[in-house]
Amino acid sequence: MTEESPDIDAPAALAGSAPPVDASADLPLLRIEGVGKKFGAFRAVDRLSLDIREGEFFALLGPSGCGKTTLLRMLAGFETPDEGRILLGGRDIAPMPPHQRPVNMMFQNYALFPHLSVRDNIAFGLRRAGMARAAIDIRVAEMVALVKLDGLEKRKPDQLSGGQKQRVALARALARRPQVLLLDEPLAALDKKLRESTQLELMALQRRLGMTFIIVTHDQEEAMTMANRIGVMDAGRLEQVATPRNLYEAPHSRWVAEFIGDVNLFDGEIASRDPHRLIVSTRDGGTIVVAEPRQPVGKTAVSIAIRPEKVKLSRRGPALDAIDSHAINRLEGVVTDVSYLGGLTVYQVKLDSGAMVRSSMANTVRIDIDAYSAGQRVVVWFTPDDCVVLEQ
Amino acid sequence: MTHKVGRISPFNITALALGLAFLYLPIVILVIYSFNASRLVTVWGGWSLRWYTEVFNDRATLEAAWMSLRVAAVSATSATLLGTLAAVGLARGERFKGRTLFSGMLLAPLVMPEVIAGLALLLLFVALDVERGFWTVTIAHTTLTMCFVTVVVQSRLVSLDRTIEEAAMDLGCDPLQAFVRVTLPLIFPAIAAGWMLAFTLSLDDVVIASFTTGPGSATLPIRIYSEVRLGVKPQINAICTMMIAFIAVVIVIASLASKLSNAQGRSAAPL
Repeated sequence: MTEESPDIDAPAALAGSAPPVDASADLPLLRIEGVGKKFGAFRAVDRLSLDIREGEFFALLGPSGCGKTTLLRMLAGFETPDEGRILLGGRDIAPMPPHQRPVNMMFQNYALFPHLSVRDNIAFGLRRAGMARAAIDIRVAEMVALVKLDGLEKRKPDQLSGGQKQRVALARALARRPQVLLLDEPLAALDKKLRESTQLELMALQRRLGMTFIIVTHDQEEAMTMANRIGVMDAGRLEQVATPRNLYEAPHSRWVAEFIGDVNLFDGEIASRDPHRLIVSTRDGGTIVVAEPRQPVGKTAVSIAIRPEKVKLSRRGPALDAIDSHAINRLEGVVTDVSYLGGLTVYQVKLDSGAMVRSSMANTVRIDIDAYSAGQRVVVWFTPDDCVVLEQ
Repeated sequence: MTHKVGRISPFNITALALGLAFLYLPIVILVIYSFNASRLVTVWGGWSLRWYTEVFNDRATLEAAWMSLRVAAVSATSATLLGTLAAVGLARGERFKGRTLFSGMLLAPLVMPEVIAGLALLLLFVALDVERGFWTVTIAHTTLTMCFVTVVVQSRLVSLDRTIEEAAMDLGCDPLQAFVRVTLPLIFPAIAAGWMLAFTLSLDDVVIASFTTGPGSATLPIRIYSEVRLGVKPQINAICTMMIAFIAVVIVIASLASKLSNAQGRSAAPL
């Protein structure tokens, strides 16, 4: 598994394309190579390449219609790629029909067989594989215990709650011990509380089994919670593949920065380059000093992205020692809106240039007499290290 | 409940009674007169089961009834086989060329006047020099009833969640196994309902049967029709009452089966 690197401002070294692998030893469990799929004139998946390692919990994240489900269905065999190869353990499975692939899928609506009991649903795939009856009984019992369905084996799917159905679907997909388990929005039908506890259970299960999970979701919190790595998709392409932290702290593009979480963006041009510093003159935020990214910035037109929790407010500006070290970027404005969300408070600040900036602050004390209120004049400040430079 | 609309007013009761009487009074009269002791159809002579025993002593009528049952069973079975295959082709097949044409041709008998269908089949059998009898009626009824089976089965297939079949394939079924192990059990109530529908349609058809049957192989409705032309006999009332009872039972079973099918369909749907 990728260790989180402390150098979060060096995206190229960490995320995205895996280093070139020599064909024999280091081939990943699953290699997707230039896979494309068109529906009529619409390119659902556009020559996409991706490596997934054994034992990884990988999330495909993207807005609806971005091609993530089509990609998953190509892995399962329900769609045939128009081009490219899908190598599973070095073998091209792209031309194989679904029933011959050593992968299993958990469907979004669970797709349980309504005419079969819980036990027969779980045993279905094992019977097709020609497993001996005694071995099937053992495996089914194992699966029932694994997903905590004891006592429900004889029930039919319509006698189960949503959460129980979800467990049956999971047990059924795991029963054949697939090399890769595909999960298509597996928690979308559950309510919020159940979804959160199920996320943790799924993670624990995946670690215990050491199995490779690929999950498709449109819920970024879900992807960030569960996955080791996330592939963000848009319009049939992978925008960025990275750990949750790198995706958030070191997005590769403006699109990713805006898609994952909340962000303040300043468009501008690089005015000068100091050692380790770039000085960017922006339209809305004046001159902003940013730390120079490891990956050289080619173009002069850039966007600067700053996450709201890295934007600090103060009445008089940062303390003096902060000025000496980092807090060089200092803007002034008026608080226009205060949204109290419990754990944190989000302030909307209208800068003197007219641009809006969002700042979120954790509510670390219960009684905060220093809280800002609408109409108050404040200093907005952030450090060069908290800025991400994105080419436009 | 204070809704005015839902209240049972004298007007509502009268309208309901008149409506039901219009639909069912003739049948009720027929059933009552089948138990008439009198030989005259229009005169009530007290209760009796006399005409029922007479029916069971009438060889020609019994033969016609047996003929009708055989035709209905064989034609319903072949119509169900063909109709189910057509439904699967329409609901699950790829978008093949001529699909709309195929669907239209399949469903044409639903609206085709029976006289025309019967005449066309008669001309065909004459042109091919086929001896008319059991098999010609059976073939004719198969073509008549197949479209009904298709409609019933296709609507069930369309409402069936396709991902269930995908799940079966994902778990190691080839497409044929997935159909046999998952789709077939789930659409079986619709297939059974389709069979019973085809069976009853065949059982009470006069028009097409009279065009396609030959001498010595009359079906029961044809026999009844020809008997009535010579004057209404009380036995006819008895036969008709038995047919009504039989068909009523079949219809009830068919509707129960389709209810069962719908109940299963709901549980298969996403949450």
